[in-house]
Amino acid sequence: MPYTIALVGNPNSGKTSLFNAITGTAQHVGNWPGVTVEKKEGIFYYDNNEIILVDLPGIYSLSPYTPEEIISRNYIIESTPDLIINIVDATNLERNLYLTTQLAELGRPMVIALNMVDMLKSKGIEIDIKALQKLLGIAVCPVSASKGRGIEELVETCIALIKESKNKKKAATIKANAPKSSRIMLEPQKSTFGVFDWKIKSAISAIEDVISNIDYAKKAPLFMAVKLFEGDTHSVRKLNLNAQQQRLINSILQSVPETEYVDRQMMVADQRYKYISNICKIAVKKHKTDEYTMSDKIDRVLTHKFLSIPIFFAIMLLIFVATFGFLGSFLSQRLEVFTGSLSNNLRALFESINVKPFAVSLVCDGIVAGLGAVLSYLPQISLLFLFLSILEDSGYMARAAFVIDRPLRGIGLTGRSFVPLLMGFGCSVPAALATRTLESERNRIFTILLIPFMSCSAKMPVYVLFCSALFKDHQPVIIFSVYLLGIFLAVLIGFILNKFLLKGEDTPFVMELPPYRVPTIKGLYLHMRERIKDFLLKAGTVLLLASIAIWFLQSFDTSLQFVDNSSESILAQVGTKIAPIFKPLGFGFWQASVALLSGLVAKETVVSTFGILYGVASESAQIWVLSSVFTPLSALTFIVFTLLYVPCYAAVFTIYKETRSIKWTTFSVLMQFGTAWFMSFLIYQSGKMLGYS
Amino acid sequence: METTADKIKIGQKTVVKALACKGALRRRIIDMGIIPGVQIILRKRAPFGDPLEFIVRGYRLCIRKSEACQIIVSTEGDR
Repeated sequence: MPYTIALVGNPNSGKTSLFNAITGTAQHVGNWPGVTVEKKEGIFYYDNNEIILVDLPGIYSLSPYTPEEIISRNYIIESTPDLIINIVDATNLERNLYLTTQLAELGRPMVIALNMVDMLKSKGIEIDIKALQKLLGIAVCPVSASKGRGIEELVETCIALIKESKNKKKAATIKANAPKSSRIMLEPQKSTFGVFDWKIKSAISAIEDVISNIDYAKKAPLFMAVKLFEGDTHSVRKLNLNAQQQRLINSILQSVPETEYVDRQMMVADQRYKYISNICKIAVKKHKTDEYTMSDKIDRVLTHKFLSIPIFFAIMLLIFVATFGFLGSFLSQRLEVFTGSLSNNLRALFESINVKPFAVSLVCDGIVAGLGAVLSYLPQISLLFLFLSILEDSGYMARAAFVIDRPLRGIGLTGRSFVPLLMGFGCSVPAALATRTLESERNRIFTILLIPFMSCSAKMPVYVLFCSALFKDHQPVIIFSVYLLGIFLAVLIGFILNKFLLKGEDTPFVMELPPYRVPTIKGLYLHMRERIKDFLLKAGTVLLLASIAIWFLQSFDTSLQFVDNSSESILAQVGTKIAPIFKPLGFGFWQASVALLSGLVAKETVVSTFGILYGVASESAQIWVLSSVFTPLSALTFIVFTLLYVPCYAAVFTIYKETRSIKWTTFSVLMQFGTAWFMSFLIYQSGKMLGYS
Repeated sequence: METTADKIKIGQKTVVKALACKGALRRRIIDMGIIPGVQIILRKRAPFGDPLEFIVRGYRLCIRKSEACQIIVSTEGDR
């Protein structure tokens, strides 16, 4: 049986680095499905022991208010890992140990990985590790996760402790039924009781006795008792207390009355912090250092009253240009050329050995083209995640959120929503993925719903084509207005969503501003690799299936005959059927609706579909055709419709994957279509009334 | 003198007296170490005047005005 070790710690304590350092680069990492927050598992071997390391989300406390906290505490209570590694940032001991005092109450064997010990000297801090270990009653291993130091010793200590606790457990079961036997085996618990004064301690002890028969409480009796003392509703629900137990607990609680300002959760927190500061007084020495640290100096510029906003926009612009500009598009084009030539070579090969045309088409136009489409996102997604990792790991992301929070708040977003929304101008797929840096589920869904309003780069060819055809003299003005319209509608819809649909669920914006750190190459590499693998595996399989489905709709007619000309395909048939929907918008002919339908595959194909349907290849011929079938007014509504309607299937799929909700994905699709139709209708009809055509 | 954390001057040393908030926000603020008796210093206001950056227990914490105004602080001395 493999051992399980849970890795728990504050955000920014170097948890990911430690996870990577322990499991190594050859780890097997699988994301856990079905929950709102990501969890990772890595398997490694030490001394013939198979060990599963579970990376729990970064948390400050085990309160049940954020999904991260609930996941972590439920995991530790319900899955009972063999050991907890509590990673503690040595440079910020006081706040980090607050979580430690709570973890110790869970009753699992625990080791503290005291991280960033290499930074202590420069900060003028001295920690007596032996004293700390003795005072806490928990093994403390100094490590430097980013430099990979102390990892071996940490793992060794963990294994030794797991084996020791297993042996003790065996011995305890032989002794049998000694009261609270489960507690005797666990060293940390002995000292933990020093956290509270006698009054609270006896109340907690009494509560522990009351709940001792409840199965759920048996897994972590002390922790549950403390939570009941605090009046934690989540625990009350989980324990399902009967009336008598409830009454007993209430009478125990009355022995420690709350005052006007100090309730029981405050008493508990207060005693935890007092306990910690008493320990720190003995084990930690702080030498006076320069009052302004490096972080302060950087912050003086980056969050400066006037400089911060221009710097913020400059950094965002730089990332945007690098991701979607020269570098990203160069790499994307390379890949497209490669898949294009692969497709052509395969086609030639198949035709030379007389493979049936539809099979050739399935491989070349369906599978290879579909894979190519997925791969063409890859360079941009890799670059984006590289930049996001740099922003996150360096500590700038928190500053960016700090600087830009106020303006975004008006529509119910937070500072962190800015990056994903900006990415939306490039491509909705990485933009939706970028919402992973957001702090709450509500904000993620909110931001994802607004991303499609940011006009993605694939829509640009459509605008350009139509402007060249009908608004030759006003092209820049029209295109700029289209972008503005998208932003304006995002603000408007954000405002409405905030008021009616997603109101009141916002978690409080209380955010740590971590010290600046230089991101490590290894950390960035691992981070990127994980995201890319995730994208290729999950998006790759489903997108491939979708590509084949679309290929089928484009290549077969309703009697399932293979067609050469896609204007006879099922897709075209459907287009013809739905054309009347677009009549009030000014483009009720079937070619327009087929072009829009093909835009669900990728927005660029709107342009090429027009070319195919009218049998013209060159851009000048397309312009000529379009200027004869569209009026300036209907061309304008077509542009607006293209801006707003349902994004391509890759984006819709990503929205589904990231919201993990059919409800929100459907909502997004319907909202986009509804807004597109309504806005186009408004423009066309009011234009007609004003006498334009 | 008693006031709320959003009204103090930059760099002024203040001591938390009480929290006026409830529920998730109260829990969060307590968990971040802001409890009666702890010293908090306002370090910076964001360019648009909100949110605010505080130094608490040796680290930096960013809180919105709407939340800081529920932290009651005393500006006289250390206690």
